[in-house]
Formats: sequence, C-alpha cells, structure tokens
Amino acid sequence: MSELKPMSDQTPASPERRRFVGGAAAAAGLAIAPGVMLHQVAHGRPEEQAASSAVRWGMLVDATKCAAGCDDCVTACSTENGWTPVAESKHPKQAPQWIRKLELQDPLTQVETNLPMLCQHCAEPPCVDVCPTGASFKRADGIVLVNRHTCIGCRYCMMACPYKARSLVHEPLNDTQKPDVPRGIGCVESCTLCVQKIDRGDGNTACAEACTAAGHNALLFGDMNDPESEISKRLRELPTKQVRADLNLNLGVRYHGI
Amino acid sequence: MASITFREVEGSSLKYWLLFGGLGLFVLFGALAWNTMHHYGHVVTGMDNQIVWGLPHVFAVFLIVAASGALNVASIASVFNKPMYKPLAPLSAILSLALMLGGLLVLVLDLGRSDRLIVAMTHFNFKSMFTWNVFLYSGFFGLVGIYLWTMLDRTVKSYSKAAGTAAFIWRLILTTGTGSLFGFLIARELYGTAMLAPMFIIMSFAYGLAIYLMVLAAAYAWTGRTLGDAVMMRLKGLLVVFVAAVLYFVVVHHMTNLYFAKFHGVEAFILRDGGIFTTLFWVGQIVIGCVAPLVILLSGLGKQRTWIMVACGLVIAGGMAQMYVTIIGAQAYPLDMFPGLIENSSFYDGVVNSYTPSMPELFLGLGGVAIALLVTTFAIKVLRLLPASLDDATVAKLEH
Amino acid sequence: MKRLLALGAVVLTTAALAWAGSDTQPKAGGAPMPVIQKAVKGEQCVEDTDYMRRNHMVLLDQHRDKTVIEGVRTKKYSLKECINCHASETTGSVAAAKDDFCVSCHSYAAVKIDCFECHSTKPQGSIAMHSLNAETAHYKHKLAAQATSKVSVEEMAGVAQ
Repeated sequence: MSELKPMSDQTPASPERRRFVGGAAAAAGLAIAPGVMLHQVAHGRPEEQAASSAVRWGMLVDATKCAAGCDDCVTACSTENGWTPVAESKHPKQAPQWIRKLELQDPLTQVETNLPMLCQHCAEPPCVDVCPTGASFKRADGIVLVNRHTCIGCRYCMMACPYKARSLVHEPLNDTQKPDVPRGIGCVESCTLCVQKIDRGDGNTACAEACTAAGHNALLFGDMNDPESEISKRLRELPTKQVRADLNLNLGVRYHGI
Repeated sequence: MASITFREVEGSSLKYWLLFGGLGLFVLFGALAWNTMHHYGHVVTGMDNQIVWGLPHVFAVFLIVAASGALNVASIASVFNKPMYKPLAPLSAILSLALMLGGLLVLVLDLGRSDRLIVAMTHFNFKSMFTWNVFLYSGFFGLVGIYLWTMLDRTVKSYSKAAGTAAFIWRLILTTGTGSLFGFLIARELYGTAMLAPMFIIMSFAYGLAIYLMVLAAAYAWTGRTLGDAVMMRLKGLLVVFVAAVLYFVVVHHMTNLYFAKFHGVEAFILRDGGIFTTLFWVGQIVIGCVAPLVILLSGLGKQRTWIMVACGLVIAGGMAQMYVTIIGAQAYPLDMFPGLIENSSFYDGVVNSYTPSMPELFLGLGGVAIALLVTTFAIKVLRLLPASLDDATVAKLEH
Repeated sequence: MKRLLALGAVVLTTAALAWAGSDTQPKAGGAPMPVIQKAVKGEQCVEDTDYMRRNHMVLLDQHRDKTVIEGVRTKKYSLKECINCHASETTGSVAAAKDDFCVSCHSYAAVKIDCFECHSTKPQGSIAMHSLNAETAHYKHKLAAQATSKVSVEEMAGVAQ
C-alpha cells in the first residue's frame, strides 16, 4: 500500500519548462542574482521531473567534530523552516523541534559526546507503517515526510518513532510560516532534509551549511547512492553507526564517533 | 423453554429525566471541551511532544475495550447456548454499541485535525493497525447492530445464533486490534509484544462485565423491577474468573520483562521508581483493580449485592488505572536511543516525562462516558431490551 | 416537540440574519459582495478567468499531490504562484483581511479555506528565485491604485452554478 498512485499531470511540460528557463535567463539578464540561477539550472533536477529513487539523500554526522555548546545547525534549521526556537517558545514542552543537540555522557568514563538528533530518514520507517491515512510517507529519494494535506493529527507516528524525531504543532501559527515550508496546527512534522532546498537544486541542507560555515564540518549531506559523492566517499573511509541499529531500519543519517 | 417478557422502561419519572439531563450536561461539557481543544489547539491540553497520547486516549481505549467485553453476556447466550443468559443479551448488545460510540467519539475528537475525519475514512494505509481498527470498529457497529435486530425482531429470530457468533468472533479480532495498536510499536519498551493482544481481550471481558453488571443492577433497582440473586451470582462468578485472568496476564507480562536485562530500566520505573505510575500500578491496577475485587467477590461479602457493586466499581477504577499506566506510563519513560549513556537535550531526552491532564481532556473523556450511558438510558426507554422481571423463579424456568 | 424545533429555527435564522446584517459591505440581496482585486502583476492567469473561478480548487488539489509526494514543483498551478500574483497591495497577503483575494470570494460563497492553516498567505521573499517575483512587484513597481474592482452579481451567480 505504500505505492503512490500516479497523478495525471495536466501541466504541459515543455512550454512550461521553456517559460521557466526564459524567466531564469531574464533574471540573469537583469543581473539580480545570476550566480544563483545559473547554479540552479546547472545542478538542479528539472522542476517537472519527479524525485527519483536512483538518489538516496542522507547525512553523515561526525560527532567527533560536533562542538559542545554549539547549536548553529538548530538555529539554521529553525530559520530556514520557520519553526520557533524552543528558547523563545511560550510552551517549551509543546514546541516543535525538528533538530536538537544531544549531549551524551558515559557514566563510567565521563566521556562526553555531542551530536545533533533529527529524523533519521529510515529506509523502513515505522512512522510510515503506522500512519492510518498514509500521510506519513517516504519520498522516492528517501526523504521521510508528512503530507499535511492528509495528516489528521493522530500522533501514532510519534508513538512509533524510536528517535523522538516528530513534533505536533500544538497552537495556531498565525501566518508566520515560510512560503516554501507549509506547516500548521494539528499536524505532525519533522525534519524534511530541507526538501524545498533540494528540489530547488541547492544540494545541501540548512544545518549542514551552517555547520560548515561555523568551520566545524561535522555535517555532510549528499546522495548515498552515488559512489562518487562526497558523502559516499567519507562513509567508506570512516567507521559509522546507526542509532538503534538493532531495529534494522536502515537509516539515512549515519554517525561517526558514537 | 419458558418465554420472557421484554418491556421498555417507562422513563417518564423525574428521576429518569434527572439522570438523562445530568448525562446530557456531561455530554455538553464534553462538546465544549472539544471546541476549546479544536479552537486553541492541543496547547490547552497537558499533552506535549513527550506525552503525545494523554487522558483522552485512556478514556477512549478503556471504553473501546470495555465495549467489546460488554458483549460477553450476549455471546454466552447465543454462541455457547446458555439459556439463562438469553434475557440478558439485548442489554449486553446495546451497551457494547453505546460504549464503542463513546470511546470512538473521544478518540476522533482528540485528533489534531478532528475536522478532517473524512480523510481518515477515505485514505487508508493497510499496514497501519489504526486503519485496520477503522474497519474493525465499523464492522462491529454493523454486526452487533444486526445481532441486536435478530434479538428484537421475531421475524429474523432464527438468524440470531449466526449473527451472535459473527459478532463474537469479530469482537475478539477487534480487541486483538486494539491491543495491537500498542503491540505493533517498536519504539517503546513496554509495548512491542504479542502479549498485549490476548491481555486486552481478557481485560475487555473483565471491564465490560463490570460495567454491564452495574448498569443492569441500576436499571432494575431504579425501575423497581425484580433482579434475582441467581443472575447476579452467576455473573459474579464469571467476573471472578475474568479478574483473576487479568491479574495472571499482568504478572506474566512483567515477569517476562524482568528476565530481560534491556527491560530492567522500564520495569524498575513502573514497579518501583515511577512515582505516580508506580502508585497507580500497585494501588490502582493491582490492589484496587484485581486483588480487592477478588477478595470481596470470593469472601462472604460477595453474597451481598452492594458489595458486588463495590467490586465492579473497583474493577472499573482499576481498569482506568491500568490504561493510564499502559498508555501514559510507557511514554513517560524516556526512549533509550543510546543504551548505557546519559542523554541530555532541549527536547527532554533521557528524562522521565511528567504529565498533568487538563480540564478539557478530562471533560472530553467524561463526555465519552456520558454519551455511552446516555445512549443506553435512551435505548432502554424506546426499545424492548430489558426483561420485565428477572426473579429467580423466572430464570430457573429458563434452565430447564 | 415540533413547535420547539420551529422556534429554534426561527431563533437561529434571526441570529444569522442579524449577524450578516451587521456587515458594512456592498450588498446584493443581503450578502456582502466579494471584492476582487486585480492581480498585481501579469495580464492573464494561467487559465481563463472563468475556468479558474470554477476549477482552481481542482488544479490546486492535483498539483499539491504532485508537489508533496513526487517533488514536482512546476510553477503553473502552484499555490505559491497564485499568492505571488494575487497578494493584496495593502496587506501583502491573499487572506489577511476580508477583502483579500481568496477570503473575499470564499466568505461570499461560505466555503472554508483550509490552505492557510499551513501555507503562508504572503508571497515568497527571495528575488533570485523568480524573475517576476511579487516582492519585485510590490516594492519596485507599485502598480496598483486601480487594482480593485467589484464583481457583478451576475458574474458571481455564474460561478455559483
């Protein structure tokens, strides 16, 4: 039942595409931001093309490089996706958190480990299995998402997730959402791997960009199916683990140094 | 076999309308509670991103489980051919429908988007236990409805056994489904076991019968009809068996967990260190819900009707405590993502989560109970569900 | 019992009328007429105006599934593009005030909009993404004053059928 029924596309693809490219050229001509547009045209998936299972987006977290006390990835996520940082929320226990910093300590050795915890984008996601309406789903390119058009807010996925990755939006958002990131009251949400950025062709997530900008380089995002991608190369070099590997969920987020 | 006269209750007395009005008031409160939750969002509840299912689910699951069990008496009559239970069957069927309605209403009105119920009815993911339950609940209404019809309408009486058997099998599957809502969850230590399905079935027997007994006794006492000891004592004996079986399953469940080192943490939490949950487990679930009723029913006290009623009340209270511990206790205990390590984060990782139910949640839950009782109260007024008399002589004739 | 029901109906109708009457909008047959603001930029919608009035919900419904589930983000039928063109000059939104593009018609037709519980009612900010972005339109061109038009009763009746 996980197959998605093909929709009849009424969009005439090629004229539409031409118009977009034309628009892009015009934008470049106007010199508003030619660099961004050229990059997008060069590396992005064409906008009328569906996400493909040839790609599997994933992330490598190098916990040995993740700095204690730094939460740049969390701030970047909240800015990109428009969720209120928990420190600013009036209801911290009910505030959604798409990504959070986790401090681990070994009670025997006192050794501390820092890492960001987010949706692990399982290949076998328990949240997708339990969702009664199919609103919780895995996109062809491995991103686990909530379709808010069919989410009824039952929270069964939150009960099923072993990583506490999901949050319910507990209060009205009063039009504070980002135009690219719809989210709303009564629906469940979680990390989307910045799907709006991926579809735009940015090729990176806000959290990984922020981590690199801060000089930590603890987060590496990329296509795990492409053997030539940076993430695949690093995954071959570094020993990595999956959190709760015993559950055998085949995670899209791998950790080094835990 | 002697025939039994069924008669509607008159339902014109002040007392009847007071009961009706009182229940109606609670239904109204429930509606207001839903309106508040729907308007402001779940921010007005005690539920959060840690305790995602709260008091409404305790009420809802209890009512749904009890609904299945309330059908017991009817099943014994038709499936197992015990004539003594035949006159008790119609009330059993209507009560189970009413409890199911109350439970489902609480469940769906607690949804984050309760206005989108139609989506739940049109989009299905058949790998989800929830989807299965949508069909199980709908089928339950259909089958028990038909069964009730075969009991009330002489022209279709011959189908009664078939309908009763179908309803019996269906509700066993239904409670398996309800238990599996939790049994099919890998994330939380207290769930994720096939034990939950049979345990929920046996719990349904106990809770449903306790509610049935109380409603039956109340209906007969308040309408001045005769309810003989023969009926009460027989049902009491049944209750003893069910309550003892619940205790057995609870013991086996926890003993099994105690044998596995990876469950030691969560078991210590429920059994020893969990504060309110430990209290609710030992005092609520074990003492009030199982031990005390068994002592009452098996001792001399069990011969007095008042004490039987007390025991039924205790079983119901213990059942609520059991649901609270099962549903909320399991979420209060932190997820163990990194076994052996101490976790700390802004998202309450690694800490025991607290939960304080809010007024809207409480009244939404009570609204569900009120709906169930209101439907029953109204049904016995408009339908011939209750035998005019259940005195010992009448009942004795049925057996021969 | 019947009398009680009738009484209830009368009370409800009176209350509803009183509520409706309290509005100070232009009226036709009692209901405030929708105010349709012309799109800030562009001459022509992606389909004929008549077609869009009747079928925009179908197009949006099909497009949303393609976008969310498959990741197809063509612009032609996307809600974001609707908003980019139709956001009001004054509020910068399609649904913030009662005269804004979406709200105006929907309240006339008494159809609840469920889009904006989740979707932003305001245009995208980034200029780089869109050559004819609404932001450009708003802050650089300032078209506008003549942008508001009243729809005739006949037109709306046509849509209602």
